[in-house]
Amino acid sequence: MSDKVAIVGVGISRPQKETPDISYKEMVYEAAVSSYNDAALASHRDIDGFVTCAEDFLEGTSIFDEYTPDQLGAVQKPVHTICGDFLHGLAIATMKIKTGLMDIVAVEAHSKASNIKTYYHIVNYALDPVWNRPLNVNPYYVAGLEMRYFMNNTNTSEEEIAQVVVKNKKNALHNDLNCFGASVSRKEVLKSQTTFSPLRELHMSKHVDGAFVFVLAHESVAKKLQKNPVWITGCGWSSDSPTLETRNWDECEYAKRSTYMALKQAGLKNLNQFDFFEIDDTFAYKELQHLEGIGLYEKGSAGKACLNGDLNTDGKTPVNISGGTLGVGALLEASGGIRALEIVKQLRGDSGKRQLQKAKRALALSWRGIPTTSGVVLTFEGPK
Amino acid sequence: MTIKRKPQSHVAVVGAGMTKFLRRALETPKELAFEAAQAALESANMTLDDIDCVIHGTAPDAFDGVHMKGEYLSDGSGGWNKPYIRCYVGGGTGVFAPIHGWLHIASGMFETALVVCEEKMSSCLPHPQGAFLTIFDNFIERPLKPNLLWIFAMEMNRYMNTYGISVRDIAHVSVKNKANALLHPAAQLGAELTVDEVVNSPIMAWPVHRLMVSPPSDGACAVVLANEKRAKKITKKPVWISGVGWNLDTSYWTNRDLAYPQYVEKAARMAYEMAGIREPKKEINIVEPYDPFAYKELHHLEGLLLADRGKACELAIDGISARTGNMPVCPSGGLLGVGNPIAAAGLMKVCELFWQLREEAGPRQVPGKPETGLAQAWGDLMQVGTVIIMRNKK
Repeated sequence: MSDKVAIVGVGISRPQKETPDISYKEMVYEAAVSSYNDAALASHRDIDGFVTCAEDFLEGTSIFDEYTPDQLGAVQKPVHTICGDFLHGLAIATMKIKTGLMDIVAVEAHSKASNIKTYYHIVNYALDPVWNRPLNVNPYYVAGLEMRYFMNNTNTSEEEIAQVVVKNKKNALHNDLNCFGASVSRKEVLKSQTTFSPLRELHMSKHVDGAFVFVLAHESVAKKLQKNPVWITGCGWSSDSPTLETRNWDECEYAKRSTYMALKQAGLKNLNQFDFFEIDDTFAYKELQHLEGIGLYEKGSAGKACLNGDLNTDGKTPVNISGGTLGVGALLEASGGIRALEIVKQLRGDSGKRQLQKAKRALALSWRGIPTTSGVVLTFEGPK
Repeated sequence: MTIKRKPQSHVAVVGAGMTKFLRRALETPKELAFEAAQAALESANMTLDDIDCVIHGTAPDAFDGVHMKGEYLSDGSGGWNKPYIRCYVGGGTGVFAPIHGWLHIASGMFETALVVCEEKMSSCLPHPQGAFLTIFDNFIERPLKPNLLWIFAMEMNRYMNTYGISVRDIAHVSVKNKANALLHPAAQLGAELTVDEVVNSPIMAWPVHRLMVSPPSDGACAVVLANEKRAKKITKKPVWISGVGWNLDTSYWTNRDLAYPQYVEKAARMAYEMAGIREPKKEINIVEPYDPFAYKELHHLEGLLLADRGKACELAIDGISARTGNMPVCPSGGLLGVGNPIAAAGLMKVCELFWQLREEAGPRQVPGKPETGLAQAWGDLMQVGTVIIMRNKK
């Protein structure tokens, strides 16, 4: 692939636990304006195409793509919606630019989770309507089952998983976007209420509201729009089986395949070439499972690395410097935004107190949540 | 919009397949998707192992009552252990999904792609119109409990009043499409009708008559796409995608003039530019415009610049748009005749172009060795146009 694509503008409506004073449209507008300004676009009319990420039931509206164009300045433009994480959206936008059809594409995802009264109830509708849904149990049991399987299969201890929570919540304290940053001890995590055994209250990320809009551009225009473009060097995504009965519980197949695809595009052979990682941590064990899935750690060793401090900001392989969704908050389809934003800030050298000394290459992974087996991996390279 | 650079590869349709369209399928949504995907792969002599990525298109989750319906349908669509993504633009999805497939291959990231569109509307009881209630704005529209017949009746009325078109003029479209569908083996509502029968059919919401509306349907369609290198090895008769375009108008549909679909024109101009088409009326041999209502075929032909404004009905009245006419329109039988499983309906049109341009449409084959075809779909709040142009020569 010869055509390079860069992130040239980032904008957000900051994550908040509740946003009773603004609508999702206003949040997206705020993110879009700041992103277009960041990209030094003369006008939103300069954007050739738009990708938005949404799911009907989370919005409470069918064919939600109807309500995407106005607040993005995308009226009468090529706009479409995908069912995927924000990182999927970045991948599709990258693809659009590589076709040669477009030079500048904007990507949007948002969360108005505070509007959802019964999130579990909605997730239950994602379970197979014939085999699983009639059981009528809270769908988070799937995470409990998977965590138990992961612990047994890899000899990962509760202590090690608790350390993920300690690390991410601590990292979040340095991120001005955080909603759940905290100094907690492993003991506190292990004492928090059991929700879906062995899953505990503090293992689970909580939803927040917020919006992300990024502007991507072809290399021919990227440097005119942004003096510090962050290059998207590889995009991989994959799905394992949607049914609980036939999926591979043993390996994190989607993480493995997505990483392979992204690395191949980026022309990289191994993960040692990355300086830091922003990895899905919807549940604390997921961070470790994903790190083993992408191949950064051998099976059963990610937890030990976490306990040793290797995943800390000053460790060998910093993971979730942003604080992840455990520390910042989960944003439904926009969760990938936290990861991509942190990477852009780090690679631009704009991360302030938590700036890594060496930040040249980074990898992000998002997972679409229970009960899916769909994930996406993007690799990034800094401007210098 | 101006196309920036040449695509990394030409993209061809190399296989197509579909299920029957019917009111109530006994198959599950996954089974429908599987049946169509398998038929498309078999038509190209391929297996899933030959497929690099899968693109799924389906419209509201509310029909099936399944959250993240794309994930649920992924194995039935062949997405297991593959890059799989669902895209949607409401009713425009059926033509947008192959465009999404085109993006995958033209970007140089993949060599082959399987595009599957599925819709099962019959699960929605008592009637899928109930699901459509949830497409409207929560605050300013939903409390009025509108349904699709209402709002399209408004658009049809506006179209008729602006150009002085009668219900009888529009009825010719129903007669033509339902008759064309009699020869389609997957059709749900093929019929031999007269204009009088259409005009005298019950009024659903003035001026929409019962025989001017497509039915709710269950069904799935699939196509296989490949880059130039692979396409030539797979088949001797690849059908090339030479132009793609899509365009989304404002959510505030009440603020636009419903007489003319500007967004369809913009989508068409994007596709024409890419395909190098300067005189669409002369260069397009077969048209499959979106016809969920009889007037929509006319409305869209005008937006596609294939008929002058207010004059599209003359094509049907004079027989120009008949299967044997100068510019066959909906030779498949369209949504009015074949059926309207929302997202799958648009892809059915792309399948029809594939068969017509390969001269494999059997008794439906349009005469004169057509070379260039156009399929278009439309959806959301009378808001989105998606256009694809296909050729049997590169």
